[in-house]
Amino acid sequence: MNSRLSLRARLTLYGVICLLAVPFVFPTWWMITSSFKPVADIFAFPPSLIPTEWSFSAYRRVFELQPFARQYFNSAYIAAVVTIGTLAVSALAGYAFARIRFRGQQFLFLVVLVGLLIPSEVTIVPLFQLFNSLGLVDTHWPLILVPMLGAPSVLATFIMRQFFITLPAELEEAARVDGLGRLATFWRIALPLARPALGAVAIFTFLHSWNLYLEPIVFLSSPEKFTLPQALTQFVDAYGGPMWDVQLSAASMTALPVLVVFVLAQRQFIEGLAHTGLKG
Amino acid sequence: MPVLTDNAAGRVDTRPAPGETPPQRRAWWTSRRRDQLAGLLFVTPQLIGTALFVLLPLGLVVWYSLHEWNVLADTFDFVGTDNYRKLVDDPNLPSVLRSTAYFSVGLVVLNLGLALLLAVLLNQKLRGTVVFRTLFFSPVVVSLVAWTIVWGFLLQDNGGVNGVAGMVGADGPNWLRGEWTAMLSVIVVQVVKNVGLNMVLFLAALQGVPAELYEAATVEGASRWTQFRRITVPLISPTILLTSIITVAGALQVFAQIAVLTQGGPGTSTTVLVYYLYQQAFQFHQFGYGSTLSVLLFAIVLTLTVVQWRMRRRWVFHEQ
Repeated sequence: MNSRLSLRARLTLYGVICLLAVPFVFPTWWMITSSFKPVADIFAFPPSLIPTEWSFSAYRRVFELQPFARQYFNSAYIAAVVTIGTLAVSALAGYAFARIRFRGQQFLFLVVLVGLLIPSEVTIVPLFQLFNSLGLVDTHWPLILVPMLGAPSVLATFIMRQFFITLPAELEEAARVDGLGRLATFWRIALPLARPALGAVAIFTFLHSWNLYLEPIVFLSSPEKFTLPQALTQFVDAYGGPMWDVQLSAASMTALPVLVVFVLAQRQFIEGLAHTGLKG
Repeated sequence: MPVLTDNAAGRVDTRPAPGETPPQRRAWWTSRRRDQLAGLLFVTPQLIGTALFVLLPLGLVVWYSLHEWNVLADTFDFVGTDNYRKLVDDPNLPSVLRSTAYFSVGLVVLNLGLALLLAVLLNQKLRGTVVFRTLFFSPVVVSLVAWTIVWGFLLQDNGGVNGVAGMVGADGPNWLRGEWTAMLSVIVVQVVKNVGLNMVLFLAALQGVPAELYEAATVEGASRWTQFRRITVPLISPTILLTSIITVAGALQVFAQIAVLTQGGPGTSTTVLVYYLYQQAFQFHQFGYGSTLSVLLFAIVLTLTVVQWRMRRRWVFHEQ
């Protein structure tokens, strides 16, 4: 399959790939360009690939209609806290399950793995009650604590464990002979080596938190506490119909930062995800 | 993985070897005890989280499912298996389960098929595959609701998809309002969003297939299709299993796309189990019945995972 292809075969391949790429690329392109079009042009047919007339009014209205800057900040800080927290929790647990020998290890690992089997949707009702009884509904605590410590972080722990198992043990043994304690060995030897795995976990976790939708609409009710996905669906007119220009501007602002980071670091993104113990 | 197989590893042999002089006094604070403490401390945050946010709610959801619990009326009465009887008699349930199955099967087949196709195409010796890899992967990093909103716009009656259809002379349906096109639309939107992830996993697996196998097969005159079936698929079968488990689990959790695109309609044609559970619990305030639906969802996820895992010996060619 890796033999060189003839020119005709290559051209056909390019054609097929380009055609397949359209539904992957066009919606994003269209979302961003249309957000700069006057409302009337959004529905123009055939659609223009680049706005003929640039309008920024929809971007202004995003901030007028809702506390969008605040909602943006909410999403960003929640995702940041959850990502850092998950990295800490999963690296520690993954390291212990892979590298430290202690009694009860296998049993505890099984207990943790249960989290992999349980979609968070299954537990949404009791979680709501739990946080309700603690008076934490309509706060950001459920959106931080559950992903950081609960079922979503179990996958991260599993990835970290798989990675630490593949690290050569000699490195740590040498460190321990030199008198380094467990924590120091972990912090100074194992963790720096685990950067690819940490990167993949960070990407997964960030995207997961950034995309969270069911949990925010269940737990939050005041607009100034909303996160972005939830806020995006609130730009509707008096009849409940979507205000497309405003929605597309808000959606662009939600999608673009991550997209830009991804384009700049796409190698790390893709390879990180491909080579992290997820290889079957 | 030698670390986990030896459960007795904690009990390191501390007796002096024959001929060796026994140590005067063993320190109580041995490295074994230190490891015991370090291990437990390291896993404590994860264990607390699992106990509080996974195991406890799982127990509670079963307990709740045995109660008639109307939040608005503030009633919480033990009713035994009444909710489960209600479940069996629920006139909506067959349609909900059908939608869930339709979505899951459609998503898994389309997603894995397209992911494999893209991976094989991009694994050819071609210039620019890195660029295409980036393009196909990019929807994965676009915010889910933003992505869904754009597609909602494109799929409207007067939206871009029908515009393109009109250009080739076809009269497209109102995608999101049609009884069977609505679910198809949700599936396609979701596949395009996330297929890049599976594509990358397949690409990694394809790159692990030794090129000599293909060369030998070519010498023996095997066609490309035969090579694909007899060499590629068996050798990457562990990855196929893994991606299918992840994709099935993800399919059963779909919520935002339904909520944004169709709100479960038209009728109940796109009301999948998670959406129905959300409606019952958080829109109709029937927490007891919502919990019963959660138990059903858990049972389905558990069964499918176990079945897939059991089947691995049948069709997974090798395991590491």
